[in-house]
Amino acid sequence: MLIDGINSVARKVPTWAVYIVYLIPVPVLLYQGMTGGLGREPINALERELGEIALQLLVIGLCISPLRKFAGVNVIKFRRAIGLLAFTYVVLHLLVWAVLDIQSLERVWADIIKRPYITIGMAAFVMMIPLAVTSNNRSVRALGAAWRKLHLLTYPVAILAAVHFIWLSKGFQLEPLVYLTVILGLLALRVPALLRKVAV
Amino acid sequence: MAYRWKNTLTRADATPYEEYVNRRQLMGGAIGLGLVGAAGMARAEDEALVPNSWDDITQYNNFYEFGTGKGDPAKNAHMLTTEPWTVVIDGMVDAPGDYSMAQIMETMTIEERIYRLRCVEAWSMVVPWNGFELADLLNLAGVQGGAKYVAFETALRKDEMPGTRYPVIDWPYVEGLRLDEAMHPLTIMATGIYGKPIPNQNGAPMRLVVPWKYGFKSIKSIVRITLTDQEPPTAWNKALGHEYGFYSNVNPNVDHPRWSQATERVVGGGLFAGRQDTLMFNGYEDEVASLYEGMDLRENF
Repeated sequence: MLIDGINSVARKVPTWAVYIVYLIPVPVLLYQGMTGGLGREPINALERELGEIALQLLVIGLCISPLRKFAGVNVIKFRRAIGLLAFTYVVLHLLVWAVLDIQSLERVWADIIKRPYITIGMAAFVMMIPLAVTSNNRSVRALGAAWRKLHLLTYPVAILAAVHFIWLSKGFQLEPLVYLTVILGLLALRVPALLRKVAV
Repeated sequence: MAYRWKNTLTRADATPYEEYVNRRQLMGGAIGLGLVGAAGMARAEDEALVPNSWDDITQYNNFYEFGTGKGDPAKNAHMLTTEPWTVVIDGMVDAPGDYSMAQIMETMTIEERIYRLRCVEAWSMVVPWNGFELADLLNLAGVQGGAKYVAFETALRKDEMPGTRYPVIDWPYVEGLRLDEAMHPLTIMATGIYGKPIPNQNGAPMRLVVPWKYGFKSIKSIVRITLTDQEPPTAWNKALGHEYGFYSNVNPNVDHPRWSQATERVVGGGLFAGRQDTLMFNGYEDEVASLYEGMDLRENF
């Protein structure tokens, strides 16, 4: 009953609503950053908020397939929006880091090659580019079966993003580890199906 | 003691606050437009030092005993009971024992020291501390001849410090200095900020301030001071030895393994704050470089 209810609501909600709702934090965060709402050091706070929203969206995106398979909840029509929003937040996270935080191309480049946690963060971003570029109907049709394989990249992207978060934290902190555990759990749910496909 | 340190930075030297803020905003705007490159970076030593605002100093803190978020200490530190407070001074001293905070405050002469504070995370502040030289306190207890190091310990109270319920690091927080660093006239015990009693989130009732070292060396809410002839363990070194050495002197030429230490951002500059170059020994090179003569600072990071 509950699941039918969710599915019928999901059918009625247009996907653009997801874009609207999930883009609200951008002006809100910017406004807070300018007016002291993000604390005494808004640049790091903004960087962190944007990165965390991106990571949350990645996790939500990874939940969509298992939700249908194991709970019968069908929200698959929102998956593209969730993925593109995740990419948008990663781009914003990267821009705040490069422009407001590091403030020099030379140092940005130095950090990317010298700092492993930044290297893997960048790697995750680069891997998201083909996913964002192919998030349209034409690409789905053109790529056929390859599209599905390509979009499995979401798993390594999410894992790298979580490791990036763990790595930049000082000491043993719980929150980033929770993200990695959830992502690995979601991956584990799909392993049997993936193995079957490989075997065939 | 060779000499007592004279504070050369006073509030009279400082740029008026409004003017300073305007300047920063101008710079920030320019950076936002991409007009300012390396040439636009202010060098800390060229700029008159302006103490950060009370809110900057008391709302942006690292005090993991109260949580790992920068705002957590301001939120949670009120739970800490700081009165009464006793500091144990023991080890290689003539008069080991319990020293009550009241007794210490009665004996010591409080003065103001406006110091730069550089966090290992590449942000910085300027803080107008009130306190006394650590040397005076150590002399009160009487340092014995064989002592070579001073070990410090922060209070550990699980019911008053919510952050200590998680093993973020191995509690209690411990720190250490070489005896000559501890006796240096720049090294103080702070008991106040801006002439007010030091807030709990800043390390009440008494915290160390070693301005030429990264902030985490300046241990807060101290309950034990031990004179010893062995290099004492330090909290961050125990947690991540390859990242945090015993010395942890501010050094723009030796990067943290995960980030550059060449520049820093002054807290409180807003969304478009610029970065400034980090100074050797945080700008106290003339005063302290001699302590490390002949030492490889890359090796002894």
